[in-house]
Amino acid sequence: MIRFPALTLLILFGLTAAAVAAEPLDVKIGYLRRTAHPETISLTQMAPPDDGLAGAQMAAKDNDTTGRFLNQRFSLIDLHLKPDADPAAAMAQLADQGVSLVVADLPADALLKAADAGKARGMLFFNAAALDDRLRQQDCRANVIHTAPSRAMLADGLAQYLVWKKWNRWLLVTGSHERDKLYAAALKRAATRFGAKIVQEREFKDTGGARRTDSGVVQIQRQIPVFTQQAPDYDVLVAADESEVFASYLPYRTWDARPVAGSAGLMPTSWDASNGLWGGIQMQNRFIAQFRRLMTALDMQAWTAVRMIGEAVSRKNSADPKVIFDFLKSPQLALGAFKGQKLTLRDWDLQLRQPILLTDARTIVSVSPQEGFLHQYSELDTLGYDRPETKCKLQ
Amino acid sequence: MMMFLSTRGLRFAQPTLQLIAACGCMIALANPASAYMAYVSNEKSNTVSVIDTDKLEVIKTIKVGQRPRGIELTKDGKFCLVAVGDDDTIQMIDTKTGEVTANLPSGPDPELFTLDPAGKVLYVANENDNTVTVIDMDKRVPLGEVQVGVEPEGMGLSPDGKILVNTSETTNMAHFIDTATRQIVANVLVDSRPRFAAFKSDGSELWVSAEVGGSVSIIDPVKHAVTGKITFAIAGLRSEAIQPVGISMTKDGKTAFVALGPANRVAVVDGKTHEVKKYLLVGQRVWHMAFTPDEKYLLTTNGISNDVSVIDVASLKAIKSIQVGELPWGVTITQH
Repeated sequence: MIRFPALTLLILFGLTAAAVAAEPLDVKIGYLRRTAHPETISLTQMAPPDDGLAGAQMAAKDNDTTGRFLNQRFSLIDLHLKPDADPAAAMAQLADQGVSLVVADLPADALLKAADAGKARGMLFFNAAALDDRLRQQDCRANVIHTAPSRAMLADGLAQYLVWKKWNRWLLVTGSHERDKLYAAALKRAATRFGAKIVQEREFKDTGGARRTDSGVVQIQRQIPVFTQQAPDYDVLVAADESEVFASYLPYRTWDARPVAGSAGLMPTSWDASNGLWGGIQMQNRFIAQFRRLMTALDMQAWTAVRMIGEAVSRKNSADPKVIFDFLKSPQLALGAFKGQKLTLRDWDLQLRQPILLTDARTIVSVSPQEGFLHQYSELDTLGYDRPETKCKLQ
Repeated sequence: MMMFLSTRGLRFAQPTLQLIAACGCMIALANPASAYMAYVSNEKSNTVSVIDTDKLEVIKTIKVGQRPRGIELTKDGKFCLVAVGDDDTIQMIDTKTGEVTANLPSGPDPELFTLDPAGKVLYVANENDNTVTVIDMDKRVPLGEVQVGVEPEGMGLSPDGKILVNTSETTNMAHFIDTATRQIVANVLVDSRPRFAAFKSDGSELWVSAEVGGSVSIIDPVKHAVTGKITFAIAGLRSEAIQPVGISMTKDGKTAFVALGPANRVAVVDGKTHEVKKYLLVGQRVWHMAFTPDEKYLLTTNGISNDVSVIDVASLKAIKSIQVGELPWGVTITQH
């Protein structure tokens, strides 16, 4: 009598195990993109057509390799939104395909629309592209995790290094577009936090026209010195030009012999194809072997998002977004992402803590946080908005 | 780079000097052991430094291929094998002449490898290829390969040679491979970025370090289950800086040493209770270690300070640091 139920249980358990072995856990991840990649000044910096997506694809393949041993399978559903398409409708489309995990390469407003539309369906989003601080502050969402660093994190990473170099007097040149101004605001905040001084701010107006022309270099060589002359004494020119209108023209052409940082010269980023630190060379090699091009910051941010999902699924053996979210938010998360330390989530705004690389696009010049910038919890929290400063109310 | 080194070095300058002063008398008192040679791979210099473990000084520097990392001696001691990852091969250094005499078909980007107890078969982790390559040492030809997880690294062989354990850094697993069939028989999830796998000499436990996870998992090799976890806490250091890599255990299984990377320390762990007894301050970014055959000394490779620390095993003290090439990575010591 006692043995009978035990035996039944054993059989049931055996059957369940067999059923699991036959049916792999299927994890579907949506990749939603609408970012129009702008023209760049430099021909070598043009975004490839699969920018970001390739990183997500590599992570899905990495997850699959692990999944072979755990009977888990990962698939990516790439959804390219037209500029006028409604993100909410796209959410319904993804949900109908059984997708509840979405990696997004969307501008801030579109991301918020998608996330709010997906909320009722329990969808979890990973912001791999939008740098806007408001997405981590007043416009934060309880179903949006950020693998992209914020502008404040990038600006703080750069500022710490400039201050460490004692290049404390900055000439700030800002573009005339909205996002240039947002980057400039982050740089100004960073200057105040770390003790640098903006001696003057100038605006470089976008008057339209082509980024590159055949004999444009002749004119630029004359324009930039004129634009930068008669500045108060400064140590470094810091440029805020996310729109790619002028910053790359600044180095070597300023009136005074000064280094350039920000959107050209020394640039803060989450990743660069020159990074071989902390096993990064393995990542670069694998990426080049698979895609025959160099790996960008957006690729890395998308890779990180899909790897976070893979990490949660391998630990929890579940594709339930709620289970995945709870794991990612917990102290159990210790993501390896070739950054020399474990990466974790800030529980107050769901931003992934990460070091910021400083690159001149040929080598890694330094990595922030810089030595001496201390923090009682994590030195990574010296980058961006820290817990006491947060305006985020997750809901 | 130099500025970076000097600012960091300052903090350790004082204790190092004291240690060097202390070690002078230690060595004077010690009985001369028979001369063992330690071979240290210098990842950036593309060299192997040879250290006489009696004199505790570098007696020779050997030029090798590009990016030497994993390093081990053949069982007969005739060759030192060194994985030169950027040349996609494992080079054989004749220990008599100190010259590279042959290259092994290791597969792409070899990093760590291990020899079977008879010294006939070499198992190599190929980081770029998600494979473990099996090489016949007599014929120097590949025998086959095993598909494992993403970025295979650590390689540990059970004392009887029947089970090979490979760790994969991005998959976060220890893969148990039957060496007879070359099939994976079990996969055990461990913490993030597992770097190194070591069996106890009696085969009762497998220890796997997780660099990013900051832990060492104790695994039952029969049940294929994690039975315990060692974590580390050092006053004044953030947990992110504690990154376990190399593991060395005494033959009696009583004491284990775990290299903690940028924590610049080696943890001394009780082999039975798994309790951390002590942290020994060594050079910067300590990764791998090797005992002299008499287990009198343990040598550690310290990547950022370009030196090797010598730990006196009986007194559990770092007694000397020996300058080697740039970014020392691995170390192996002759057994004869």
